[in-house]
Formats: sequence, C-alpha cells, structure tokens
Amino acid sequence: MSLQQFMNEAISPWMKEEGPDSDIVMSSRIRLARNLDQAPFPIIAKQSELTKILEYIKEEYHHQTFKTYHDLEFVNMKDLKPIEKRVLVEKHLISPHLAEKSEQGGVLISESEQVSVMINEEDHIRIQLYFPGFQLEKALEQAFEIDDWLEEKINYAFDENKGYLTSCPTNVGTGMRASVMMHLPALAITQKINRMIPAISQLGLVVRGIYGEGSEALGNIFQISNQITLGRSEMDIVGDLQSVVEKLIEEERKARQLLVEQSSIQLEDRIFRSYGILEHSRIIESKETAKCLSDVRLGIDVGFIKNISKTILNELMVLTQPGFLQQYAKEALSPEERDILRASLIRERLNIENG
Amino acid sequence: MDCQECQERPATLHFTKVVNGNKTEIHVCEQCAKEKGYVSYDEEAYSLHDLLSGLFNFNSSSINKNSEFVQSQVLTCDNCSMTYQDFTRVGKFGCAECYHAFSEHLNPIFRRVHSGNTTHDGKIPKRIGSDLSLKRTLSDYKEKLQNLIKNEEFEQAAKVRDQIKEIERELYKGGGDE
Repeated sequence: MSLQQFMNEAISPWMKEEGPDSDIVMSSRIRLARNLDQAPFPIIAKQSELTKILEYIKEEYHHQTFKTYHDLEFVNMKDLKPIEKRVLVEKHLISPHLAEKSEQGGVLISESEQVSVMINEEDHIRIQLYFPGFQLEKALEQAFEIDDWLEEKINYAFDENKGYLTSCPTNVGTGMRASVMMHLPALAITQKINRMIPAISQLGLVVRGIYGEGSEALGNIFQISNQITLGRSEMDIVGDLQSVVEKLIEEERKARQLLVEQSSIQLEDRIFRSYGILEHSRIIESKETAKCLSDVRLGIDVGFIKNISKTILNELMVLTQPGFLQQYAKEALSPEERDILRASLIRERLNIENG
Repeated sequence: MDCQECQERPATLHFTKVVNGNKTEIHVCEQCAKEKGYVSYDEEAYSLHDLLSGLFNFNSSSINKNSEFVQSQVLTCDNCSMTYQDFTRVGKFGCAECYHAFSEHLNPIFRRVHSGNTTHDGKIPKRIGSDLSLKRTLSDYKEKLQNLIKNEEFEQAAKVRDQIKEIERELYKGGGDE
C-alpha cells in the first residue's frame, strides 16, 4: 500500500461501512498512549535517540499484518510535504502535534486506515483505532490486541501503581482516550446541546466541536471523550462514555422527531435551501459548506432527501478541507481559489449521486 | 503591507528568519502562515498546557512554603536531569523515572487532574505484566525462605528454595535473550 492512497481518497476505507447508530454516531475511536521504558520521552530526548526508536519501529512493523489490519505502511514525517502532512491531519490519521512539532515523527497506517500508530509524538507510541458508527467496546477490544502485539517487541514504561507512564500527567494510568464523533443537528438547532454540555462535563467527559475553533462546532459535529485516565479501568471509562452517548442519541432522535412534527415545512425549507446552495454555488467557504452539509445529512436521515448516500457528510467534510483541496489541485491555492474549487468539487460530487 | 504569499490580504504576522547569519523578513497573513507552517493550527493544545502548568504551580506554592519550596526547587530526576521546577513549568515529564523522582509531589496533582484518583486500575501489559506478578511472588518467597531458615525449618526451606528456582527459570525464559 502506498502513501498515494492515503493522500488521494478523502474517505478512509473503513468509513464506507455503516456502523450501528450511524445516523448519529459517525465514528468511535480509542487512543492508547505508550512509552518505551528506557528512553527519555520525545519532549526532551536527543534527536539521535528518537531516530533509533523510529528506525526500530520501521524495521519491526513496516509491511507487517496483524489480523485484519493489513500491510502497515510506515511513513516518516520527514519525507512529507507540509500539504501532505495536513491531509493526514484532516483525515485524522495523525495529530497536528505529530505534523508540526515532531522532528523525528513517523506513523504506521493500516491499509484500511483503521489503525494508525504514531511514533515520537508527545509519547513514543500512540495507537489509534477507528470504527464506523457506535462501536466503542469493539474498538477497545481490538486496540488492546494491537497493544499486546506491539508489546511483544517493545518494553513499555509501566508502573504497578501509576500504570502506563506518559509524558503528560493527564494521560497517566490507562493512557486511554476514548471518543465518539457525533452529528447532533437537532440538538444544536433547538440549542438543547448547550444545556447538556455542562452536565456531561460533570461526569468527567468532554464535549467539543472537532471542526472549527474554540467552542464552535462546525457542521454540528461534536466529539465526546473521557478526561480521566487514572484510577478507573478502561472498561469502566468506556462504559460511562457509552451511557452518555446513548442518552445523546436518544435526545437527538427525540429532537429530530419534534422538529419534523412541529416545524416540518420550516425544516424542509432549511434543508432544501442548503441543498440548493451546495448544488449551485460557485464560491463557498468551509464554514458555509459545513452548515449546508449538516442540513443535507439531516435531510437524508429524516427522509426529505433521497438518493444521496449517507457518507456524503463524512466524505465532503474531509474533501473540502484546505489541505485536501490543495492536494487535489496539486498546487498551493489562495483562499479564494480554494472557495471556487470547493464549490466545484461539491457540485461534481452531487452530480455523481444524481446522475 | 500585503501578504507576500497570496498578495491579497494584509500581512498581519511578521517573522525574521536567520539562516547562517542571513536575515530574511517574512510578512504574511494568518491564513498563509498556517498553510506554510509558520504557525501552528493546533492552538487548543497551548491553552491546555498553560492551564496545566498553572495548576501545578498553584499546587507547589500552596504547599507549606519555605523549606519545602526550596527542596522542590532542587529536586532533579537522575535519569533525564529534569528538575521538578521544569516539570511544573512545562507540565510534562521527561522520562519514566521522573515519576519516581518527583513522587512525593505528584499525588496532589493526580488527584486534581483525575477526580481524586492516584492509583492505576486498568490494563497491565501482557508480557512484562506477567513478569511483574512473578517478580512479586519471587520476593514473597525469598522472604519466606529467610524466615524458615531463621526458624530452622530446613525441610520446608528446601521446598521453598526449589520453588524459587522454578520461578527464576520462568522469569529468565520469558524476558531474556532471543
């Protein structure tokens, strides 16, 4: 598998499968932070020490296959152009930290792009595993297996009392961050989400928008994840997160139904206006794109819009990001040029669906 | 002044780059700066760091000042030579050993960050984890052996000694050379 695939396809192969509750939960992710027991952590390690780790991982795991995760591709950050790194960030295969700060950074990516193992990020090793829809338990189970597989050849920094030792004290213990990406348009339209967020925070969970800056959630896409990593088992943490997500799904479904029952024509109008904008605009900014895509996806889910595949939201959210547009154009683009290309790509994509 | 990259928007960020003594001035707008990698687009991470290091500082100064403060200032990790002060400033550990070196100051921090928790209650590494529990049994047995010898219960002691040998063989087999 080559780097080109990771670059050219906006939608990762695993995203094409539909998971449970995928009308609301876009994806489930488990991230495990691990370190080698002898080496200093990346923030203070010498370049030569980090290079050694990178080389070792490449030697041991490049082109390896573990279970259904085929042909791990090792990618050295040094070999990538800034735009290529940005594309990997936009696809959530690597973190902004790895793209920008890790001089000796690397990543192993499986063919399906479901697994990525970042090397020399803030910690020596960060295992990431994605599943479509709401499948946290399965993701955890598989992440543990990958963790055990890596551990066969790596001595982890582990302490009986403190668990997995990480560079940042906020990750110590399990080193686990479990998260789900949710599309919550009805809770956002009715502003109910703003009242739910403080309650969720009290449970040691964090809600934030994953696109957009600050508290703004572009495209009504929210990420819910655990904050606490010490003193509770991975299963318990995932269990808490699961019950909150279940509640959110229930509330979102209720809110959608209420919108359809009470403001049907207004909702339909909103959805089709957005559809119209996507179908006909010649210049479109990413913020407006996200809003319209969210409306159209809601339109598909409540049955106003037919014959458009549900993955359109996931796909176009990534495809219309600045890095991806420039990768597609094979050149650097000004923001205005990007807005024009974005509009034309969206039209093209919708035409495929309609044609 | 217009941005030198896109030549459309006004330049709002100004850098001076020095390479081998040659100065180059860079004037760009925010968007181009992000694209060209002059600045980070992961701003959130910074605020979290700031927040955390603030939290630690508050912690160390709230502890009984004078004597303890001086002590914590010179507390250094032998393995990576990070000081406790460095740690409170950066909010990150330098290596696994730092956890031991600074251990006396860490529990209050963990309690704050992890809702009062200080002890791990999750996964144990499969391979080295099994060694961990074997090592624990080994030290238990050695202690037992000492007591038996002291009490002159040699018959029992011989049995325990054999068990120790067994565990040691197990340990070397698992974690040793390949």
